Amino acid sequence: MDLSYYPGCTLKTIAKGLEDSAIASMNALGIRLVELERWNCCGTVYSLAEDDLAHHLAPVRNLIRVKEQGGDRVGTLCSFCYHTLKRANLLVRNDGEKRKTLNDFMEEEIDYNGEVEVVHLLEVLRDEVGWDAIAGKVKVPLHGLKVAPYYGCTLLRPQEVAIDQVERPTIMQKLMEAIGAEAVDFPYATECCGSFQTVGNPDFITQRAWEILSSAMRRGAEAIVLTCPLCHFNLSQRQPELAQKYSDFHGMPVFYFTQLLAISLGIGPEVCHFELSSGEPLSLLKSKKLVS
Amino acid sequence: MRVEISSRRLGSDFVKKVAEISGQDLLACNQCGKCSAGCPMCFAMDLLPNQIIRLAQLGLEEDIAASNTVWLCASCLTCTVRCPRGVDVGRVMEAIRLVTLRKNVDYVGASDIPKDRIGELPQIALVSSFRKHTA
Repeated sequence: MDLSYYPGCTLKTIAKGLEDSAIASMNALGIRLVELERWNCCGTVYSLAEDDLAHHLAPVRNLIRVKEQGGDRVGTLCSFCYHTLKRANLLVRNDGEKRKTLNDFMEEEIDYNGEVEVVHLLEVLRDEVGWDAIAGKVKVPLHGLKVAPYYGCTLLRPQEVAIDQVERPTIMQKLMEAIGAEAVDFPYATECCGSFQTVGNPDFITQRAWEILSSAMRRGAEAIVLTCPLCHFNLSQRQPELAQKYSDFHGMPVFYFTQLLAISLGIGPEVCHFELSSGEPLSLLKSKKLVS
Repeated sequence: MRVEISSRRLGSDFVKKVAEISGQDLLACNQCGKCSAGCPMCFAMDLLPNQIIRLAQLGLEEDIAASNTVWLCASCLTCTVRCPRGVDVGRVMEAIRLVTLRKNVDYVGASDIPKDRIGELPQIALVSSFRKHTA
């Protein structure tokens, strides 16, 4: 099966490990991710102002690209892209007046009425591949790896875009169990890492990262697993500072869910681009004899 | 703290603008504090999110302008999904930011970010920050 795929900007740079491991894993599971021929930045954040239609143009144009190619669905990997495309799509679908204004302004070849469905890859894994089928394809079960699923914000809030229960998601826990890892539940799983405040207020991100990582550590996690390139950056990049400040902190690897999926499917670490990650993720996998 | 409440302030342009841009009924808030209880950035805020809503209800624009709260909001929307009165607090924070930004005032300037950090920051961080914090 083919699935139209919108990568977004960050997956072409520091989150290359998320993209390549996803494409390879989905291939192994029988789904070919086909990148859109043309796409632009999604705008990253959904405008929360009633009178600001201009910032909905970027995500809507991407949805038009999907429709132009004859697609009725688009898959996303980055949590920010998922959120922005999904919400802009719902706006166009549900608000006739704004839909008309947007279409009149864009002067695209075709009008857009919200026909495309926006899905996150985790939803595809759950709803179309299924946990049992994934478990059946696992070649290297991640036995002995204790990993804490961290969801962050944009996959779960607000309710209308949530891929799982808003306050008590289990989708990544189920994926981790399907690939043989031990999922560690912890109270900060859905708390925000501080997001884009990393640009103007990096010290506050250090504090957020410590609260989240130390909570996972207290629950016995050896690593974090997540979907969002910004959460990945915020939780891994502050770790050297945290190690200096807290003597009992020795670093905690942060994985994209697709990296652990690829390893479990026996694809090998090359597609994971661990060279772009800090916190020694490869060393942890080697110590568990999950990669050679 | 002595606070002057007047009908002039309650019906001020500021209150109208915040209500219009956010699409929210500010008076629906009954100050339960649930938004502040769940806010991940409130450790660094000088006023709590529910206090900002209260000040907005009363039209106390200057007190809001002097506070760092709306600028530290990360739009994580925890407050929005938990508000028992259905107030989308994230939208109120955005509206208050926009009232300032639309006066052509930036909170973050691209030139303030050290060059080595610009190179390492993910694009989604930079674009989001500029979207939320620049005019």
